[in-house]
Amino acid sequence: MTEEKHILTMLVDNEPGVLSRIVGLFSGRGFNIESLCVAETIDPKVSRITIVTQANAPLVEQIEKQLRKLINVIKLRDLTGSGSVQREMALVCVRAKPENRDEILRIVDIFRCKIVDVGPEYYIIEATGTEDKMKALINLLKPIGIKKIARTGTIALFREPH
Amino acid sequence: MKLIGAQILMEILKEEGVDSIFGFPGGATIDIHDHLERTDIRHYLVRHEQAAVHAADGYARVTGKVGVCLVTSGPGATNAVTGIATAYMDSIPLVIISGQVPTHLIGNDAFQEVDIVGITRPCTKHNYLVTSVAELARILKEAFHIARSGRPGPVLVDIPKDVQQATAHFKPNQKVKLKSYNPTYKPNAKQLRKVVDLIKAAKRPLIFAGGGVILSKSADELTKLARSAQIPVTMSLMGLGAFPGSDPLSLGMIGMHGTYRANMSTGECDLFIGIGVRFDDRVTGKTDCFAAQAEIVHIDIDPTSIHKNVPVSIPVVGDCKSSLEIINQYLAEEDLGNLTANRKPWLEKIRQWKQDYKLAYVQKEAIKPQYVVEKLYELTRGDAIITTEVGQNQMWAAQFYHFDRPGYFVTSGGLGTMGFGLPAAIGAQVAFPDALVVDVAGDGSIQMNIQEMATAVQYKLPVKVVILNNCYLGMVRQWQELFYDKRYACTCMDHAPDFVKLAEAFGASGLRATRPDEVKSVLRRGLETPGPVIMDFRVAKEECVYPMVPAGAPITEMLLV
Ligand SMILES: Cc1ncc(C[n+]2csc(CCOP(=O)(O)OP(=O)(O)O)c2C)c(N)n1
Repeated sequence: MTEEKHILTMLVDNEPGVLSRIVGLFSGRGFNIESLCVAETIDPKVSRITIVTQANAPLVEQIEKQLRKLINVIKLRDLTGSGSVQREMALVCVRAKPENRDEILRIVDIFRCKIVDVGPEYYIIEATGTEDKMKALINLLKPIGIKKIARTGTIALFREPH
Repeated sequence: MKLIGAQILMEILKEEGVDSIFGFPGGATIDIHDHLERTDIRHYLVRHEQAAVHAADGYARVTGKVGVCLVTSGPGATNAVTGIATAYMDSIPLVIISGQVPTHLIGNDAFQEVDIVGITRPCTKHNYLVTSVAELARILKEAFHIARSGRPGPVLVDIPKDVQQATAHFKPNQKVKLKSYNPTYKPNAKQLRKVVDLIKAAKRPLIFAGGGVILSKSADELTKLARSAQIPVTMSLMGLGAFPGSDPLSLGMIGMHGTYRANMSTGECDLFIGIGVRFDDRVTGKTDCFAAQAEIVHIDIDPTSIHKNVPVSIPVVGDCKSSLEIINQYLAEEDLGNLTANRKPWLEKIRQWKQDYKLAYVQKEAIKPQYVVEKLYELTRGDAIITTEVGQNQMWAAQFYHFDRPGYFVTSGGLGTMGFGLPAAIGAQVAFPDALVVDVAGDGSIQMNIQEMATAVQYKLPVKVVILNNCYLGMVRQWQELFYDKRYACTCMDHAPDFVKLAEAFGASGLRATRPDEVKSVLRRGLETPGPVIMDFRVAKEECVYPMVPAGAPITEMLLV
């Protein structure tokens, strides 16, 4: 059976231990986590967790059911294939020798990134976008020299019906 | 009303109708034990915390109520883990109260501190660390509600010592409000219509009943369905008693050590109705071949158990009892015509299988363990509550004792925990002081919680232990005999204590049988002797449990006697 990427978004109680219940479920049952993002929502008692996982259809059904079974999971939605907005963010520290500064600036412009820190030899670039965009950006910056990188996982929201 | 944490706990226990608690004290539970002594709730002091949980578990299995146990922090809590995991695997409603070090010491590697909430996260239905006395009442109410509702399970509440001592305002009988926890009891009627149509059309239907039928108290509804629609019933280990074992429609147990007719029927049926089951690997064998000719219906309250191990044509998420009631109601409105005639060839085939391949053993000079269980059944007329240890003893109890009612067979099915039987028997005896409670044991398993004989003696709980003593860790030896060329690595247990003397040392009675002609009289005397009794049956050492489906093989491919 073919594996597919699934973006699961859930509202959970914002309490100690809740994240470890979710992560523990994945590790204990051998489910895979490709990326994970957590933060509080407008309601400080509730957090939103976004998990990207790779699984075939019966497995993803099992993952979703197991997550829903957790007492602290309030609501869960699989955003795969449905109309959703998805973003990732990255901070990339890239080597900025005089001879390739122009090129870096061009890339920053094309990808609509921002330079958020400038050093004598390095720029730190802030980028947001879809996973594909991030991959493309990183591929272009790699030959120039990436010193450090910090990436978030995917966050996503279901588009409201018009 | 202003109360301290320990008093709030007492109030909630009373509200929840708790009459018995199994526990063991420590620094972190002194306040609770202190207040418990001042209530009418009986506290049974076990000799090991694992046994406290198993005893609460045994109590829960025979009463259908939530079992409660109380252990201290650190080693008290870790000792309880095996018991908690056992209850979790078999969906048994428990509330486990553990004492914890004071909140200001949590995280400091304090004396007798463990993160028991972290440790038990994967083997509880839910668990809590209470960080403020103001939350205690709400959490305890939620714990009982979660433990007993939906698919039941154990819930642990970890209460730090300062929370037990701190004061809060207590409001009695608070309602539980949980945002998202709302188990689906009501099944989808359309799905059940389809089930009824399939039942009408099927030529070779089969019902597979599991522990869910017992937990939801729907044995009567199941029996009604099977009899009115003339459908034979097989059961998982956990389901034994859900349908009368002596009914002609009963095929006995399914699976690795299931009966020939149950496993063959599964292979040949055209409709397979699983009710309150989870299709464990010990049941299905090779899943590709499992009920391969059948439409599979699966009724269960836990959506995660559906489609987990076998693909299902008609899933029904809901309470077994409501589902069976609705099916029965729909069937009553139908003209079933000459159903009995339609079923005849199928039932005849099953009868033939039963006749040709009985559960059998050959009695020689040595006592056969199966013979002991058979005689136990005859002498007790099937009226005893049977608990078991794990291994061959468990399988022989399941095969040769026939359970006609739910709640009379208490066994660790999912986890297979050696040492379960004796403390579980104690819990069952506490629930029903006048019942005959017998632990069918192996010589290996009984040594895992033998210390509980002291508990039985102290509280005058007249449990009877029948040891099928084969001087081996028999079930493992059986696998070595059949699949490892008889290399009996580390399974010989000939250095066991003298169980008769041991019983006497505990202040109980001990009896022994070494020849087949002694079996009946030892059983009779043992069952009649007041107080706890150990009966040591020296049985044939290398007897195997048959039928046996080798792990991973289709269940229709059985090794027979
Ligand atoms: C706590 C625990 N440890 C190990 C096992 C593995 N195991 C399963 S059956 C068995 C043998 C049990 O021996 P005994 O109690 O003498 O029973 P018999 O099979 O001989 O009837 C063992 C060791 C287990 N089920 N539980």
